[in-house]
Amino acid sequence: MIGCAIARELAKFKIKTVLLEKEPDVGSGVSKGNSGVLHTGLYYPKGSLKARLCVEGRLMFPELANQLDVPYKFCGKHVIARTEEELEDLESLKAVGVGNGAKEVTIISGKELKEREPHLDALYALYSPVAGIIPPYLFTIALAENALSNGVKIHVNAEVSAIRQVNSGYKVTTNQGVFHADFVVNSAGLFADRISAMIGIDDYELYPCRGEYLILDKSCRDLINSMVYPVPPKIAGVLGVHLTPTLDGNILIGPSEEFISDREDTRTTKEKIRQLIEGAKSLLPSIPLNQIIYGFSAVRSKITTPEEKGSRDFIIKEDVENFINMIGMESPGLTSSPAIARLVVRMIKEKMDLEDKIDFNPIRRRITPFSETSRTEQTSLIKTNPAYGEIVCRCEHVSKVEILEALNNPISEKTISAVKYRTRAGMGRCHGGFCLPRIVEILKEEYGLSPEEIKLKNKDSSLFIGETKELRENKRSE
Amino acid sequence: MSELQVQDVDLLVIGAGPAGLAAAVSAKKNGLQNLVVVERNGWLGGILPQCIHDGFGLEIFKEQLTGPEYAQRYIDELKRLKIPFMLDSMVLEITPEKKVFVADQKGMFCFNAKAIVLAMGCRERTRGQICIPGTRPAGVYTAGVAQNLINLKNVMVGKDVVILGSGDVGLIMARRLTLEGAKVHAVVEILPHTNGLPRNIQQCLIDYDIPLLLSHTVTEIHGQNRVEAVSIAPVDKDLQPIKGKEQKITCDTLLLSIGLIPENDLSKNFDVKLSQITGGPIVDENLETSVSGVFACGNALHVHDVVDFVTLEAEKAGKCAAEHVLRKIRRVKKIPIEVGDKIRYVLPQSICRGVDLELSIRVTSPGEDVELGFFDGETLVKTKKFRKVHPAQMIKIKLKGSETSAVNSLRVEVLKK
Repeated sequence: MIGCAIARELAKFKIKTVLLEKEPDVGSGVSKGNSGVLHTGLYYPKGSLKARLCVEGRLMFPELANQLDVPYKFCGKHVIARTEEELEDLESLKAVGVGNGAKEVTIISGKELKEREPHLDALYALYSPVAGIIPPYLFTIALAENALSNGVKIHVNAEVSAIRQVNSGYKVTTNQGVFHADFVVNSAGLFADRISAMIGIDDYELYPCRGEYLILDKSCRDLINSMVYPVPPKIAGVLGVHLTPTLDGNILIGPSEEFISDREDTRTTKEKIRQLIEGAKSLLPSIPLNQIIYGFSAVRSKITTPEEKGSRDFIIKEDVENFINMIGMESPGLTSSPAIARLVVRMIKEKMDLEDKIDFNPIRRRITPFSETSRTEQTSLIKTNPAYGEIVCRCEHVSKVEILEALNNPISEKTISAVKYRTRAGMGRCHGGFCLPRIVEILKEEYGLSPEEIKLKNKDSSLFIGETKELRENKRSE
Repeated sequence: MSELQVQDVDLLVIGAGPAGLAAAVSAKKNGLQNLVVVERNGWLGGILPQCIHDGFGLEIFKEQLTGPEYAQRYIDELKRLKIPFMLDSMVLEITPEKKVFVADQKGMFCFNAKAIVLAMGCRERTRGQICIPGTRPAGVYTAGVAQNLINLKNVMVGKDVVILGSGDVGLIMARRLTLEGAKVHAVVEILPHTNGLPRNIQQCLIDYDIPLLLSHTVTEIHGQNRVEAVSIAPVDKDLQPIKGKEQKITCDTLLLSIGLIPENDLSKNFDVKLSQITGGPIVDENLETSVSGVFACGNALHVHDVVDFVTLEAEKAGKCAAEHVLRKIRRVKKIPIEVGDKIRYVLPQSICRGVDLELSIRVTSPGEDVELGFFDGETLVKTKKFRKVHPAQMIKIKLKGSETSAVNSLRVEVLKK
């Protein structure tokens, strides 16, 4: 997400920008696996980059999201106190928030909370009206698409294996060839320390910290109107299991916190699922746990060790001439991303002449979601293109037009995941039971893919081993 | 034209699976002329065309048909009676006034219906709903989706398979995958008894030497991109996996046959009251829901084990819908049916006194030489003996009008021996 934000910011200037991504799509790591929250800035020490960039970034969102056609909402947030002692915690959070520029933050009584959130019980709550929600994957995709349409080259499946400093800049070796760059920005998230080590700065170490989530069905949409947080656990550095309503009507429960050894280990665990359920129940006792539709996890890149816990500031630093490292880009990375992009471009500007591109077009349009339009609009959409009348995903009412547009997207390969994150097909309560066979059919018929070529998310995730009969006949001939 | 296409109909049938087809045919035979069947798939027959095994039709036709053959009998009947149907058409919304919005490639339709039959079938419970821990690779399928992919889309889902859950679709797929050349390493069932019909246990597992592990569950899915293995473990009496007893089975596919849920997203949005137990609408002896003129049948009402019973139930729903439109149904006071000891549910949930009817009953656990008792308060009204009962096998009991003409309430329970 931050990489895409920077690429999009650089697209405003007359320079050649290349975005390298090792996964088959943008935003495949923690960018898609987070709460999707636009933070107020309650948790970060005054004067820190986190405090400054979070508040600055949040204020940039309305304009940016409108330009990029990404839905968002300042739904507000409540941090609830269930004991008198926790009131003190709220007071200090408020002081930090106000100190960081969020003057709107107030503390309200349990009664007031009840009026706003009838299903919640607490003695007090800290209320921030300026906290918001945004689908993080849509935001990342939008940034990337807008960057692309303004001339940025995006290479997916391009894994960097070596970076060498040469006279004129850097030679970046990938499995898709060698790139020569005057300036390199390391926005590799969970792998930023390894990229940095490639140019000899090997004193960074990232500690992967997994966060698991559960998703509740849309039938729970009326349970909460705002985000609901506990007072942060005394071991600082994480925000505690919270409830986040999504714009689509689901509720996210999570994340958990667990330092792990393997950065790519995004499994979910029985233990954490249990913790999430307990955490959710303690915030909202009436939460219907039989409405869980899915669980997922992603891995944070922390610069604090498992022993020290806690959290430190973002590191955004030109460690070597014309090479910017970004290390420890955890929460509030999403909220800060537009401000980080601006900061990084300012840093580049100090070293290079960046000439404005006058024909930069900040506007990008997303795939029109059939389900979000009125009946009248739907009627005319079908008239313009009858394929709008063919609903492929029953749970989310995604039309065939949206599926095709997602498959034709300019960035990623034609995978089931690419469709899912662009259209929501497969994100509903049946989780692909209805739409998967239909998308498979589209991939076979409209794109001529063989069964083996149909992938869930990357080249190693084939959905099928071949046509039927093949296995049977191979066995017979053996 | 870009306008909404508005149409008045006597009856709109939602779904053209076995329930929708039978309901439509029956409604027409009972005098309704102006009816339409709306189907979101591109074919008639619902799930049946992918059920290429036999065993359908024993109850109604006294012969063993395959799914497609069974469906065809009703498709032929629908066409013979010239009942209009729409394919690839999705009902987006039903309003309490019985306006039904349908998206179709020919445009957006709004049907003003005098009666509606809900025949949307069911969907499968997924991995997410039972929170199986682990990675999220390719190769995890619900059994019905795998059946669709293999039998209709001609693609093979994997070659080394573990099946979680002993529901009928899972059992059928264990055999199907074996015949297709895959190795089914085990069928794993968390309960101490199977969830499928005894005939399927025999014909799909025992006949093919496929191991059935009762009181076991899948505790973790392994493999970053494609399934590489699953961990399984025995469970204790609270159905919790016993620590330290996990074993890993190498496989590339996990099939889930862990339950079916009546499909009622549409019903929920227009005030049809649903049962927490069946997951389907609460109905009376006419299969009428809490919304007047709206009837429900088939797997949208409650999950059936035999399609013949779906058909019979749907014929009744179609007939009652016709009678509703033709004003032959009188609204009378209903008496509720309560569920007693060891009974999971009884359908319908309320009945009219003194009317001949048939009850669908499921027990909570298997048993032999079981006697069901029907009580009016403390008075035993009727008993019925069964040599064997099983939660997977729906019990059908006919009640004569004379048996209920004087009762004030009705409760069904398993009598203590």
